[in-house]
Amino acid sequence: MKMKRFSLTAVSLAMMAALASVAVAPEAHAADNEVVIGDIDDLSGPYSDVIGKGGIEALNMAIADFGGKVLGKKITVLTADHQSKPDIGSAKFREWADQNGLNMLLGGSNTGVSIAMSKVAAQKKVPFIAIGAAGASLTNADCTPYTVHYAYDTNALANGTATVMTQNGGKTWYFLTADYAFGTQLQDAATKVVLANGGKSLGAVRVPLAASDFSSFLLQAQGSKAQVLGLANAGADTINSIKAAQEFGLNNTMQLASLLAFISDIHSLGLKAAQGLYLTTSWYWDADEKTRAFGKRFFEKMKKEPTDVQAAYYSATLTYLNAVKAAGTTDPDKVMAELKKAKINDMYTQGGYIREDGLMVHPMYVMQVKAPADSKYPWDYFKLVKKMSGEEAYGPLSASTCPLLKK
Amino acid sequence: MTDIFGFPLPVVLGQLMLGLVNGSFYALLSLGLAVIFGLLGVVNFAHGAFYMLGAYAAWLGMSYFEINYWVALVMSPLVVGALGVLVERSALRHLYQIDPLYGLLLTFGLALIAEGLLREMFGSSGQSYPVPELLRGATNLGFMIIPIYRLWVIVASVLVCFTTWFVLERTSLGATLRAATENPKIVQSFGINVPVIVTLTYGAGVGLAALAGVLSAPVIQITPLMGSSLVTVVFAVVVIGGMGSILGAIVSGLMLGVIEGFTKVIYPEASNIVVFVIMAIVLFFRPAGLFGKE
Repeated sequence: MKMKRFSLTAVSLAMMAALASVAVAPEAHAADNEVVIGDIDDLSGPYSDVIGKGGIEALNMAIADFGGKVLGKKITVLTADHQSKPDIGSAKFREWADQNGLNMLLGGSNTGVSIAMSKVAAQKKVPFIAIGAAGASLTNADCTPYTVHYAYDTNALANGTATVMTQNGGKTWYFLTADYAFGTQLQDAATKVVLANGGKSLGAVRVPLAASDFSSFLLQAQGSKAQVLGLANAGADTINSIKAAQEFGLNNTMQLASLLAFISDIHSLGLKAAQGLYLTTSWYWDADEKTRAFGKRFFEKMKKEPTDVQAAYYSATLTYLNAVKAAGTTDPDKVMAELKKAKINDMYTQGGYIREDGLMVHPMYVMQVKAPADSKYPWDYFKLVKKMSGEEAYGPLSASTCPLLKK
Repeated sequence: MTDIFGFPLPVVLGQLMLGLVNGSFYALLSLGLAVIFGLLGVVNFAHGAFYMLGAYAAWLGMSYFEINYWVALVMSPLVVGALGVLVERSALRHLYQIDPLYGLLLTFGLALIAEGLLREMFGSSGQSYPVPELLRGATNLGFMIIPIYRLWVIVASVLVCFTTWFVLERTSLGATLRAATENPKIVQSFGINVPVIVTLTYGAGVGLAALAGVLSAPVIQITPLMGSSLVTVVFAVVVIGGMGSILGAIVSGLMLGVIEGFTKVIYPEASNIVVFVIMAIVLFFRPAGLFGKE
């Protein structure tokens, strides 16, 4: 028996339907007696270990620590997977703002998605805290009155790693760059730092996102005879390029600089492959008593140490709830005003503050990955190379190109 | 120094070599797909997932049972192949009589489930698998320094591809297989158990995917998504070679690996779409693919 023939379009429609159903879509209803916090992040793709479920855990920990209520209202959490697609992220944000009474959105990894969601934030007047997306344009060309950029941006990441490495003698650079907004912004920022420190960029190869093999690109990098290979990529791409660099013996002739790497990447690579790598991070679990205490609580639930951005999820949630409490309302403009007045002192950072353009300025840390012999206990991965003040890392407000600034 | 299209000869040869390595993976994967499509008429969307499961089986074996690479190279395809047999017997076989679309949707769904389960268990940043002792280090080919393991990948894949082609096209077992798909009723009347043959063929195709997974485990990070990013390219390779053509799958796999390799030098931004551009061109001039029969 033959059934009706389906066209190719029907096949692709069916596949899209199947893909869409993967997204998590919790039910919730707008109500006056609750404060709604949303989280739209990569929950299933290549960056889902960076924040993902651990981010939701950190968000819930913060709400529990705050007492579960603010202004006498219950705090509700909504979560969704943007699948690294800007259209899915912004559609979900719009839906929650229209139908679920969303009061604040935490946006996870992926610069492209965060830029799209910041447009919705401006339109719907919902405070949006971007964590994990690195593109500095979020508080420059793409800034909005409701966007806050937490944890790091491409400028701070480049300032950390590139400054230290250029000053240590790595004068010539070649970049392996992820071919989208994040990668190019990161490469541009790092190139500026290299030039400012008397170094020079010998070129770059733009690699499509999620390439299956990096050896060809690494061979090109090797051909450049540069001293430093700057990895302007993230997640699985970073891991695979470091692995291939080791396989092809690139680490014997070039120094590797990862412009964005997370402790989860190092954990999955193993110290043997990752040792010696320089990276910049906003937080490390093994820095002091407070960070270790948070790490321990998180570890009990998730069986791994938190990444810096998962810790930032916790901090940002508390910062927002404190601002709501101080404002005595969830009115977006009043809360934004409180946010920009706040001094952020918690287990995540000391003396952090949110600048007029929405950038959260706070100290950053340049780290080097330990050799296996120097690692004394599980997750003992980083050695502090340099602590940078917030101003040093993020640069002055006068350099911001955010159109909202009165100049 | 001799230049070819403005690139020094060593660069060209180096990229050719790397292209062959990647092409070997394409060839192995598209071979399994072509076998399954050619003999069963099933568009096996779970192929990438089985490839990923092959790599995970090797990693699990190493981490929990101290099974070394060489044993994994045999065991992992057997275990994953057995899983394929299970899928065929329990689900896929009920769909042979209806539109092929249903087989496609079933296998696509299974792939999503497998990826989701592994992400739930092991996370998305993945696991590392060491290069086996015997194949560590690199060798100087004169024009480039290449890790020995990558050379092994080419050798292993060419061997497996040739063996598969030989079994299917030049032995009586292959003849029976092909006859069973042409006309199952007549073959059955000779006393041959056709459903068992079909089941084993699916298992073998899946085993090939798992073998490719084990081979790639030491060179790339083992992640739940490693198959899904590769499987679309491999489908394009099969279409270019001609759906169901064994030789077509092997030749176009290697060829596209090389073309992709050169694209990475000439215009890297296009390296992930060049295969699809070629597919479009091939479909325009030869709708049945390079080696397919109209």
